[in-house]
Amino acid sequence: MSEKQKLVVIGNGMAGARFVEDLLARGGGNQFDIVMFGDEPYGNYNRILLSGVLSGTHQAQDIFINSLAWYEENNVKLHAGVRVQRIDRITKTVIGADDIAESYDKLVIATGSSPFVPPVEGIKSDEREGNKDGVFVFRTLDDCDGIAKYAENAKSAAVIGGGLLGLEAARGLANRGVETHVVHLMGHLMDVQLDGKAGKMLRNSMEQMGVNVHTEKATTAILGNGHVTGLQFKDGSALECDMVVISAGIRPNTQLAKDAGLAVERGIVVDDTMTTDDPDIYSVGECAQHRGMVYGLVAPLWEQTAVLADRLTGRKTEAAYTGSKLSTKLKVMGVDLAVMGRKEPENDDDEVVLYSEPSRGVYKKLIVRDGKLLGAMLLGDTSTAATLLQSFDRGSELPENRAELLFDLSGETKSQSVADLPDDAQICNCNGVSKGAIVGAVKGGCTSLKKLCDATRAGTGCGACKPQVEEILQFSAGDLLTEDASAHYYVPGVPLAKPELIAAIQAQNLKSVSAVFAALANGKEDPGSKAGLASLLKTIWHDQYEDERDARFINDRVHANIQKDRTFSVVPRIYGGVTSPDELRRIADVADKYQVPMVKITGGQRIDLLGVKKEDLPGVWKDLGMPSGHAYTKAFRTCKTCVGSEFCRFGVGDSTGLGIQIERKFQGIEFPHKLKMATTGCPRNCSEATTKDIGLIAIEGGKWEVVVGGAAGSKVRKADLLVTVDSHEDALLYTGRFMQYYRANAKYLERTYDFVERIGIEKVRQVVVEDSEGIAAQLDADIEAAVAAYVDPWEEAHTPQHPSQFVNLLSAKETAQIRSLQPAYGD
Amino acid sequence: MLTETLSYVVFNLGNLNRIPLGEGREYQIGDEEIVIFRARDGVVYALQARCPHREGHLADGITGDGKIVCPMHSYKFELATGAPVGNDCQALKTYPVRISQAGEILLEWPSVTK
Repeated sequence: MSEKQKLVVIGNGMAGARFVEDLLARGGGNQFDIVMFGDEPYGNYNRILLSGVLSGTHQAQDIFINSLAWYEENNVKLHAGVRVQRIDRITKTVIGADDIAESYDKLVIATGSSPFVPPVEGIKSDEREGNKDGVFVFRTLDDCDGIAKYAENAKSAAVIGGGLLGLEAARGLANRGVETHVVHLMGHLMDVQLDGKAGKMLRNSMEQMGVNVHTEKATTAILGNGHVTGLQFKDGSALECDMVVISAGIRPNTQLAKDAGLAVERGIVVDDTMTTDDPDIYSVGECAQHRGMVYGLVAPLWEQTAVLADRLTGRKTEAAYTGSKLSTKLKVMGVDLAVMGRKEPENDDDEVVLYSEPSRGVYKKLIVRDGKLLGAMLLGDTSTAATLLQSFDRGSELPENRAELLFDLSGETKSQSVADLPDDAQICNCNGVSKGAIVGAVKGGCTSLKKLCDATRAGTGCGACKPQVEEILQFSAGDLLTEDASAHYYVPGVPLAKPELIAAIQAQNLKSVSAVFAALANGKEDPGSKAGLASLLKTIWHDQYEDERDARFINDRVHANIQKDRTFSVVPRIYGGVTSPDELRRIADVADKYQVPMVKITGGQRIDLLGVKKEDLPGVWKDLGMPSGHAYTKAFRTCKTCVGSEFCRFGVGDSTGLGIQIERKFQGIEFPHKLKMATTGCPRNCSEATTKDIGLIAIEGGKWEVVVGGAAGSKVRKADLLVTVDSHEDALLYTGRFMQYYRANAKYLERTYDFVERIGIEKVRQVVVEDSEGIAAQLDADIEAAVAAYVDPWEEAHTPQHPSQFVNLLSAKETAQIRSLQPAYGD
Repeated sequence: MLTETLSYVVFNLGNLNRIPLGEGREYQIGDEEIVIFRARDGVVYALQARCPHREGHLADGITGDGKIVCPMHSYKFELATGAPVGNDCQALKTYPVRISQAGEILLEWPSVTK
């Protein structure tokens, strides 16, 4: 016999399912046998996204949170599609349709709410059960489906109710090309959340988007025999339409509780522990009434389920729900909106801060009492919503300058502040260069950006402060501002831009760095240009490139990353981040044998052996028996992966397999800067593919999105969608083609995120996807040649390129003292 | 009056071709580390081994146009004189060096005796 208690949950919606998830997360699966009843024949889905399904931005399958399989896996018995008919508190039994009965020790009522249908004539069909053809409510997936199907043949639609949900429904219908009308009883839209002015402005925005808004219209009848033909209003006017969606608010589903004799007012009355007046029966979500409030938003509901789960599992026996401060941030038909707390002042002393800009549809209003935020309303521009929400939630003191709360000044302060900053403000955070030092250098004659950076070292670290340095230069230099011609050169020491440089190298058959200097720079071998030229020549000539090791940076001479103490970091290639016990053992043995001071997991899903002596590098590589991970050079680094469809229950694509394929193919290829990739098995993006140079994102239907130009370093940038493909082969094809386009056209040390911004994603797409320049085949051939020329540099462990390649110190011997002299100093 | 005799000890640093063309290698001379650079144009330079900025080993840097760039933070110096280029570090110490007929590097190392 099971010692577990039996827990029955009525309701499988946002609250019921969330509560069960919360309970399982707290180990409740070991304490309770869980049984759920759900009205709808599905697993549970995110009701908030229903409007997305209606407007076509989401597929129905995208909004499911848990599939039916999830319930089985978690040993939750779900009666899907079974409506509960009554609760017998004497026998502690829940009885559902078809005489399904479940006894309970503990019962949770999460029945949510139903659409409120106002008393309007002509809703019901004359001929059969149910509504007249073309009359809908908007609450469930099935409603959504019905509306969408009917809309296919409808010319015009009316939505009764201009609240949030009604406007969402209107958006969905408008997106489907139906002439859409919103009919609202009150004087302005969203009257619960917005004041009259904001409501009017929202109305203007709606109307500009082609939605017709009718306020102060009480609908008295739905016209039409058999199917909808129009609406009749109380004022005598009428509106022709082919369908109606009723969205006039929601009512808590309390009938079950009421029938069972529980205390019910507007909702099922619960205390701070979410318990009803029966100590074994609880209620959470839209059906529950707590301290006089019934909540219709998702955040309070989550707070409630967490408290109940804490208590029932004994995880936190003192957990209590004390009510939620209401706030919401959302988009209504593409218009940003954030509201919290009160919408109107209550006392004479309450302060109202207002900003209104009707031409842009921006309206902002704050209600302040005793220096604290009592309510806020932001329409059209919600840039300060996060700050306001924080002040609202914490009840913290507001800044005296209320404008700071209305406008995001950070963008402007940046440009203003560089001029306004004190001289000792640090501009370059890598090299610790102050504004004063930069201004001083400009006054001292550094009137071009390059000279200024060279002289002060500002902007020569990560480079993030360069725009600010340039700004300081501009306002300090004034008319004296000069431009370095070299700013346009590929490398500073050869006076040619990249296309001309490549053309000259090819025309004159220049295959080594010294040959380039001799032919194109009067023999002057600028040390700052050597590494860039070496990389470019490798790109152009592949295996015909004449390697001169002194042209390389030390990392590329010894294939490891130099550290501050002249030791090196060794990162072997771990394809797609997938390793094996055998590999791990070898890595551990190497770490022991060479007394590696630190073994660290890298951000790129590899293992870094830090502190290896230069002399030990060949031995380390030999003993590892793994190829180089190129973690030291301007090349393709790694492809981070998630476990994808192989293990993850959300995975829709084999991200691990694809990531491994990518690393095997493109390993070691040089670029103007480093290049990082990731593949992710679903849009949850666990491997952070949207902030990589190239990311591949699996989406439903066996497709992959190829995104480029992402960054998450000193600069953060979301990658742009290049193309969506439906096979690994095409994913590799476009990855390679973009790589080659970047290799051939980027400036030296220009990352893809700057490159894509400079060229423009549209142009990149035209060339790489649509082949607008007819070079796709050449790009493909060039990258394939680079792939073919790959040689693992760690092979040099066996055949060093020079006998002293890995030697720091050579021997010296003293010979005879051969001369001496009498110095002139000393008297 | 104090008289000092400044004499030079010559160290044989072995064959020049132990250093790859264009690169540098270090030698231990008494208590001091020095670096020899073998420039691409055939000139050989002897300097103090470490960058005054953060002790970077100049031997791992890139040479060219008579200059050495430190691998740590790209500080630049004149190979012939040790003078800093574009930074205000102290100049690097330099030492006389020549190549023997047998192709060996001969370093002239000052030694002070009283």
